[in-house]
Parts: sequence; structure tokens; C-alpha cells
Amino acid sequence: MTRTLGRIGLALALPVILLVTWWFASADSTSFYQPPLETIIKVFPHTWTAATFKSDVLPSLIRLFIGYGLALLLGIGLGVLIGANRRLRALLEPILEFLRAIPPPVLVPVLILIAGLGDPTKVLVIVVGGVWPILLNTVEGVRGVDEVLADTCRSYQIRGWLRIRTFILRAASPQIVVGARQALSICIIMMVIGELLGATDGLGYTVVEFQRGFQIPEMWSGVFVLGLLGVLLSLAFTLVERRVLNWYHGARAAERSGH
Amino acid sequence: MTTSQGTRRRVGDSPALLGLIGLVCFGGLLEVLPRAGVLPAEYFPPTSTIVRALIDELDRGGFWRAVAGTVTTWLIGLAIAVVAGIVLGIVIGSIPALRLATASTVEFLRPIPSVALLPLAIVLFSAPVRSILLLVVYASFWQVLIQVLHGVADVDPVARETAASYRLGRWRQARYLVWPTTLPYAMTGIRLAAAVALVLTITGELLIGGTKGIGEEIAVAQSSIAVPSMYALIIVAGLIGLIANLATRRAERLVLAWHPSVRRELPL
Repeated sequence: MTRTLGRIGLALALPVILLVTWWFASADSTSFYQPPLETIIKVFPHTWTAATFKSDVLPSLIRLFIGYGLALLLGIGLGVLIGANRRLRALLEPILEFLRAIPPPVLVPVLILIAGLGDPTKVLVIVVGGVWPILLNTVEGVRGVDEVLADTCRSYQIRGWLRIRTFILRAASPQIVVGARQALSICIIMMVIGELLGATDGLGYTVVEFQRGFQIPEMWSGVFVLGLLGVLLSLAFTLVERRVLNWYHGARAAERSGH
Repeated sequence: MTTSQGTRRRVGDSPALLGLIGLVCFGGLLEVLPRAGVLPAEYFPPTSTIVRALIDELDRGGFWRAVAGTVTTWLIGLAIAVVAGIVLGIVIGSIPALRLATASTVEFLRPIPSVALLPLAIVLFSAPVRSILLLVVYASFWQVLIQVLHGVADVDPVARETAASYRLGRWRQARYLVWPTTLPYAMTGIRLAAAVALVLTITGELLIGGTKGIGEEIAVAQSSIAVPSMYALIIVAGLIGLIANLATRRAERLVLAWHPSVRRELPL
């Protein structure tokens, strides 16, 4: 009991100290760009109401989820295909290496040029950013499946979808999850960038509007919301990961204690 | 690995050759499709047009200044992040109380998307380079810190106890015990950080502007609808990324030449 309390105390101590320091250090700040923390917190409730949540945060989130979902589908689908075929992999490897090396945000101007400024472009921007880590990690994961298990599947004539679902995807899932985690943070970044470069709604757009309108405390509160979004999504990912990879962590722990 | 090598029999089946064929086909496809009218040529210029634009760019003084600008910002940001990440990582990782106390803060600050700080960076610094550096350092610092923390935690308990019984002081323990264990992790962190730092350097140039860099050149090409040179610059951005990846991998092998994981790969 005291142990858990102590751990909670330790976990909260530094954040509290930092916030208190910020509060007092900024309390009589007269700098226009660094308003007191008190002011930022005061503007927070009326800047981020249920209405603004619906008009600004929700569209962003919907685009993010659609884009991330498409990136997952595309990345895992193509990844299984490429990873399972040695010749295809050799054929595509240099191209993939090169495409991955392109910083995804520079593709945003191209996509805007090709597809205009609508919602599809913003989703596309997210897909284009997120697909690479998923694709490349899936390829690696599929490539690294256990040879003995592959032979076992062959002897039992496990083929087609059943083979992909119960063997390939399972075996590659730890690696796929690594890629999916990287992709999530890239997708959030791409969501914001897509909204910075020409949008009429969304979280990134709102924050930049505040900045351009010199509503500095509101802008700070928007940065808080964006940061919080990143933290919450990363937390949600960890929860999903624990479920999906439960068997894997179990197997690893058993392996370690067995030796 | 050995089985895939063993099954390879056919001539002309080498990965390098196939890769080259893939690249040529990719370029050829992007040459033919716009010319045949399958893809709109105004948005997807044929490969030859892009190559010509690329050659034109290479001739321009402003282009090389932009490359130099991007690389400079990238290296400065990366250097700050790496030094800060390694020093803080070793200090925090070596002191258990500090590690426990900072864990929640690290876990909270790390997932904050770096571009969320973009508006802040713009209003806090009047010089665009500094705003970009803030983004670059923030994003890449965590990559190094997290890896170094893992590395310090990975120190062999037996080695630690041995060091303690030989009464190695704090400094010598850091030098001879913690550092060699941490270095492979730190190198992984640096490799990840280098990629992230480059992405944010070019992103910052693209979004903030006002500095000489590839990102800004792309923004200029976009606003003047110079489509072929925009693609040419994107290819340059990709090439810089590719060179950065290869360079960091190479550096990793050089620095860790003594490490079993690298030594094992060397041909006997």
C-alpha cells in the first residue's frame, strides 16, 4: 500500500514541481508571447468548449483515424505480399529505401497540387506519411518468420488466408506493432501539417489561426490540446498493444525464466 | 538466411541486379504513363523532364546554398540533441531515484507531436533558424534519451557487482561499465534521431520559411507551380535522407567495431 502510494508520489512529484515553477515564474510575466500560466488556464475552458471540440477536434480526429486505418491496411497488405516473395522484395527494395528516405511533409505540396485542398487530400497526407514504417516493418517481420514453423504449415497444407491469418500475421505482429507505433506519431504530425498548409477546420488550423491573430494564450492552450492528444493516443496504443501482443510478452517472459 | 541463400540457383537472380531492374522499371513507368496520358502530365511530369530539372538545379548556386543550409541546421540540431540525450540519459539512468521521478514526465513529454510546438517556436524566436532548431532538437532528443536509458538499465548486474567490489568510483564506473553497455543503444538512438532531425529540419523550412534550405526551395517551387523542379527537389530531399541513413549506419559500425554484434558480421 505504502509502496504504491510512494510510486504514485514519485510519478507526480516532478510534473507538479514543474507546473508550480512555471506558474510562479510566469506569474508576473509581461511578455506578450509568454503569458502567465494562469492566463492560459483561464482561457482554456472557453476556448475548448463542446462546440469547438465538435467543429475543430472531431474533424481532425476523424481524418486521423481514417488515414491511420488506411495506412495500416495498405502497409500490412503490401508488406505481407512483398515480405513473402523474395524476388519481389529484391526488386522493390531500393525503391522502398528511397521513398522512405523522403521526409513525408515535403510530399504535402505535391498532394495539394494534385488533389486540391479538400478532405481527401488531408487523409491522403496522413496515409502517405504513415504507410512507410508499417510497410517496411511488416516486410521485415514477414521475412523473419520461423523457418520450422513455415515448413510445419507446408506439411499440414495450411494455405491461403488461414496461413496468412494464423501464421504469417501472428509471427510478424511484434514487428508490425513497432511499425504501427512509429506510424501513429508520424500520422499525428502529418495531420497537423496537412491542416497548417491550407485547411478551413481542424486542430492544426485553429492553433495557427490563433497564432496569426496574436491570440497568444489561446494559442498556448491549443498547443496543450495537441500535446494532450498525442499523449492520449500513445496511451491508447499501449493498451491495444498489450492486448494484441499478450501472447508474445508471455512467451518472452516464459523463455527468460525457463533458461 | 542460409536457406534462402541455398535455394538461390538461377543466374541473374542476384538481389542487386533485381533492385536495379526495379529502379529502372519504376523510372520507366513514370516516364511512359504521363506521356501516354494515363497520368496527367502537368502534375506527374515524365521522369526525363524531372531529371532535366534536377540537372538545372545542380547548376544553380542557390540550390547548393539551400543544401548547405539544410545540412547545417540538421547537424547543429542533431548535435545538441545527441549531447543532451546522452548526458541526461546517463545521469538519470544511473540514479534510480531520479529515474523513477522522471519516468512519468518523460512518458508525458515524449509523445507530444513536435509540430504542435511550431506556433510556439514561431512566436518565441524571431530568427527562423532558432524556431526550426527548437523543433529538431525536441523531436530527436527523446530518441536518444530513451535509448540511452534502456542502455544504462541493461548493464550486467554481475559486472556491476564486480565493479563495486573493485571499488571503481562513480566516474570510472561510468567510463568502463556504463558507457560500453550504453554505446550500442546510444548509436541506435542517434541513427533514429538523425532521420527524425532531418525530417523536421526540412519540415520546419517548408512551414516556417525565411531560411536557406531545401524545404523552402520546395515551397517556392510549389507557389510558382514549377512542378518538375518541385519533384527534383523532393528527390534531392530523399537523396539527402538516404545519404544520412547510410552515413549513420556506417558510423555505427565504425564506432561499434569492437562490439560482438558487429564483429560477428565481419567475414572471417
